[in-house]
This record gives sequence, structure tokens and C-alpha cells, in this order.
Amino acid sequence: MTTMTETKSEAVEFSKRASFIELSGRERAIALLDQGSWRELLGPFDRMESPWLVMQNITPQSDDGCIILKGKVDGQPCVVISMEPAFQGGSLGEVSGAKITAALDLACRDSKNGKVTSAVVLLETGGVRLPEANLGLAAVAEICSSFISLRQYAPVVCLSAGTVGCFGGMSLLAGLASYVILTRESRLGLNGPEVIEQEHGIEEFDSSDRKLVWAIDGGEQRYMTGMADVLVKDKVEEIAAALRKVLKAGLPKIHRSTQIDLFRKRIAALNTDQQIDPNTLRQTWKRES
Amino acid sequence: METLEFSFPAKSKGRSNAHVGVVGSGDLEVLLQPQKEMQSKVKIRTSVAGFSEQWKAVLDRFFQTHDAAVSIEINDAGATPGLVALRLAQAAEASEK
Repeated sequence: MTTMTETKSEAVEFSKRASFIELSGRERAIALLDQGSWRELLGPFDRMESPWLVMQNITPQSDDGCIILKGKVDGQPCVVISMEPAFQGGSLGEVSGAKITAALDLACRDSKNGKVTSAVVLLETGGVRLPEANLGLAAVAEICSSFISLRQYAPVVCLSAGTVGCFGGMSLLAGLASYVILTRESRLGLNGPEVIEQEHGIEEFDSSDRKLVWAIDGGEQRYMTGMADVLVKDKVEEIAAALRKVLKAGLPKIHRSTQIDLFRKRIAALNTDQQIDPNTLRQTWKRES
Repeated sequence: METLEFSFPAKSKGRSNAHVGVVGSGDLEVLLQPQKEMQSKVKIRTSVAGFSEQWKAVLDRFFQTHDAAVSIEINDAGATPGLVALRLAQAAEASEK
């Protein structure tokens, strides 16, 4: 039997947990940067909102759901780009896309000039925003290009903590990142579960089956199959420490997206005659630790 | 989406800019800025049309206790009147810090 004191101390422990997931997009970015080291670029009062949402009778947000903070991590220059999970499902529009590209390009320019500036992208996003789909898709292409430019000089880190996860065109960014940090709560995949179910039927994929969804897209599965580099608990301090660690490590020896032969061989070796279960995949695609 | 505009008399000077909230389901974003003229202006863009009276009632109550000259912009995604009042109070508090 638990005593009153035990229950109370558990409650205190829980309240001290400092969940990262419970933070807003802006609070998440602030939590990762050295205290007082940052300033916001194109913040709410610059009113760079989407012109397309109003035309379609959708309430816009003053920062278009994309927060850019320039500051320092462990004293080193860094730009944090954070998608606001609550606004339009963290989706990417023309303005948010342009903000991301410009921030990455500025970091690249500084890095080329000797002031090495890393980038951290907080991917809580369903991908391209449907009400501005074509512009969003073009923006994804631009961001991919800027990722590849910057990662020659400085690490580009993608972090998805949940609970939106990272899907659609924006998941390509995780593929291009120098490092990917995930939590057990996060999900990472190109086509989201609901999209697969909608396009191919419930027999193909039951998006309401949470166990199935996390067994395929979940942060732990992605980590165990080598698609992510760090698996962290949903704790502000743990996530911030993981980020400091990968930034300190600098550029990886090899970027995941350049290992084309490795991934082609992996896919070719899969036996698709039978349904592959998630645990078998963990054995087949073992992460190199 | 509906756009609403209101104005209220002011007696003192507004302090600094404040931004609170997010345009997420059932929530709203408030941008508060000091105004030069001794009058407060409120512009609301809300995803739920037809609640002009309720907005006015919440704002009337807010300006009864806040007389600083400010411009307030609200982007709303269907917040309840209670939440609107809390966000306005939060913005006013952040502005005075």
C-alpha cells in the first residue's frame, strides 16, 4: 500500500518532469538555446503571415506557425527553427517555408565566412499545408537544397519530440539531416497513417491501431532500425543535453542520405512474400551502434 | 472567418509589446502594442462567425480594469469567452513586465 507521503512525492516528481512535448513551438526553441543568448527573427510583430489562408477564410497566425531563434548552444552559434505544432498541424506554407530557407542560407553564409553556425529544426509537422500546396511543395525543395548546402559546413539537426510527429514532404528533411533526435512519443514517416488508410483502405493500414502505427513510424522503431541517431525521453533537460552532445560531435563522418547503396541493398534483401513484422525488421536493419 | 473591430477609451499610456497564445483549436493568439493616441483599438479575426456580442462583452469587461492605450490584434481559432479573457489578462500582464 502506498502511503500519503509516497503519493505526494510521486506527484512532486511528476510536476518537476518538465515535459518538452507540453511546450509551445516558441517555448521549445527557447528551451534549447543558452539562456539570454537568442533573438527572434521575423517574430509575431513583423506580421509575416500567410496571405493565402485569409483568402480561403482560414485564420492565419502572425508568425505563420514557424519560429526562428538565432542564438547559441554551449556558446556556439546556432539557429533554431521550430514548427508550431498547434497551428494548422505544424504545416508548411509559402511564408514559413521562405523563413526556414532564409534562416538556413544565412547560417550557411556565416559558416562559409568562418563563423560556423549549426541549425536545429524542430519538426512537428504533417508536411505541406494543403491550402497552399504548390507553394509549400516548392518550399520543401528549397529547404532540402539549403539543408544540403549548410551540412557541408555545419551540422543540421532534426528533432521531433511529438506528438504531431513528422510526415509528408517535411520528413525528407529528417532524411537529409546530420543527426535525427526522436522520443518514443514521436513518429516519423513519409506517408502518414491516415493518408495510407485513405488511399489504400483499412486492410492496408489501420490508422486507429496505435500499436501498429508506433511499431512502424514510432520514434523507438525508427531509432532501432537506424533511421534516427538519438532516442531521448520527453524531458527538456535530456533533449537539450542530447542536442549539445551531437553539436559538440560536429559533422558526422557520413550523412545518412549519401548511403544510397546501403539502403538499396537493404530494401532489395527484404522478403516481401510474407508480412514483415516490426521486430524482424529491427533484426534485419540493425542500427550500427 | 469573420473580422471584427472595436474601440475603447483609454486614460494611461501603454507599456510594451506582448504576444501570447497560438492559433490552435480552441485557442487564440493576442498581439498587444502600445498606442500613441489615447484610444484602444481591437481587431479580431475569428474562425467562428456570428459571436460579435460575446466578443464585445468580454472586451468590455477587460477594458473596465485596463485603461492603457493599446492596439490589440486577435487571431482566434474558436476559443471560449473564458479563455479569451485569460489570454487578454495574460497579454496585459506580459506587457507590464
